[in-house]
Amino acid sequence: MVTRGFVGRRPKADDARRLPPGQSLTTDFPVLSLGPTPAVRLERWKLAITHDRKVLASWSWEEFQALPHTPITADIHCVTKWSRFDTQWEGVTIDALLLAGGVTPPTQFVLAKCYDGYTTNIPLADQRGAQAMIATRYAGEPLAAEHGGPARLLVPHLYLWKSAKWIAEFRFVEWNAPGFWEERGYHIRGDPWQEQRYTNDP
Amino acid sequence: MIWQTAVIERIEQTTPRVKSFFFRVALEHHDAGQHVDIRLTAQDGYQAQRSYSIASAPGAELLELVVEHLPEGEVSSFLHDVAVVGDEIEMRGPIGGHFVWRQSDEGPLLLIAGGSGIAPLMAMLRTRPATDTLLIYSTRTWEDVIFRDELLAMDARVRVIFLITRELPRRAEDFGTRIDRGVLGSVMKQWGCAPRHVYVCGATSFVEAAATALVDEGIPAAIIKAERYGGA
Ligand SMILES: Cc1cc2nc3c(=O)[nH]c(=O)nc-3n(C[C@H](O)[C@H](O)[C@H](O)COP(=O)(O)OP(=O)(O)OC[C@H]3O[C@@H](n4cnc5c(N)ncnc54)[C@H](O)[C@@H]3O)c2cc1C
Repeated sequence: MVTRGFVGRRPKADDARRLPPGQSLTTDFPVLSLGPTPAVRLERWKLAITHDRKVLASWSWEEFQALPHTPITADIHCVTKWSRFDTQWEGVTIDALLLAGGVTPPTQFVLAKCYDGYTTNIPLADQRGAQAMIATRYAGEPLAAEHGGPARLLVPHLYLWKSAKWIAEFRFVEWNAPGFWEERGYHIRGDPWQEQRYTNDP
Repeated sequence: MIWQTAVIERIEQTTPRVKSFFFRVALEHHDAGQHVDIRLTAQDGYQAQRSYSIASAPGAELLELVVEHLPEGEVSSFLHDVAVVGDEIEMRGPIGGHFVWRQSDEGPLLLIAGGSGIAPLMAMLRTRPATDTLLIYSTRTWEDVIFRDELLAMDARVRVIFLITRELPRRAEDFGTRIDRGVLGSVMKQWGCAPRHVYVCGATSFVEAAATALVDEGIPAAIIKAERYGGA
């Protein structure tokens, strides 16, 4: 349906090709979180890989720093309609993390659990061999708290609510059980190129 | 969720930079606090989408959206400068299952808004909460207070405090400062209730400041819900 009188402010053709449907390009870094920004102290920070109440591997902040870090550049897309190109992150890829922890994935589904109580589900297939990582640096600086610091999950090919901020636990679960937003009207997978914003989107 | 056609039935300029748009649209029932998406389409198929909170009460005949005019803003400028009564806009919703309040959630209720962030909190207030309610509403000037008359006429159980950041406050109970721990502490002390739910809405920097002040004042993070509109 054409909207009478709407012309719009078009992105350049090159940018338009990189923008998923319904997204617009921003140069800011907006924030989407469900409550206040938690202050997670590095001395008490811990990341655990778990399954069925057992800890399969875990790292303190110092131990995590010693893992092999990888830089990536990715376009990111938030369900609130903004996208940002060429964001630069550094962290430990999920492949490297599983390898370092000596973890053979016990299931194919993961629920990320966070210091603020947030959860989100991401099948392992969306995290392996891809750019998915536990990111601790953004644009060459330690990741700011409001953007998920000290460490967040980053799964750049899905809407950013999947990239859980303030991650604490990487929990293997038996099925693709919905997380926080997925239980509150948002799509179970969240692929921006298919515009999977809300529960019943195709 | 499908796109529906919403028809603009009325437009009201409520402050120098804000208009309310009243739509006739057959969305499903909404809860106070939820938002809708709107989608605009140009002749050649180019589209833009944005989210707007629902300001009208659940069950109201027309759906009210409160839109602040951002200079150069693609969608807010279109709505302010081009859209007229009778125009059709694509809309879908209601959306969001976190930033919502229902009568059955009870209270006391603490609502904190910056600028157009009053919209979803207005939907809550318009359901006439049967609980003690405190609204702290920050705007630059007295002229920028959206829904001012309606807020000043609220029931006795709703206490309204304005934080006016760029001029002197007009009422004795209001403050001429931005939100911080000091203001929050003294307003809450006067109110004398311990909130059961807290809702904070507005531009991102406002929400960050308010949420930090709340946590510093000892309000448990788990009862604070935030909606960030973007911007600086
Ligand atoms: C869940 C949700 C609910 C929202 N509800 C409302 C609402 O009820 N009323 C309302 O007016 N807006 C609301 N917004 C913001 C709205 O979706 C748009 O972002 C806003 O109208 C700007 O769109 P635009 O196309 O005019 O500006 P754009 O062309 O997208 O942006 C113009 C510039 O303004 C900046 N900007 C974006 N938003 C803001 C802001 N809020 N304050 C200051 N600068 C900003 C952008 O970063 C950009 O630099 C909501 C956003 C979300 C995510």
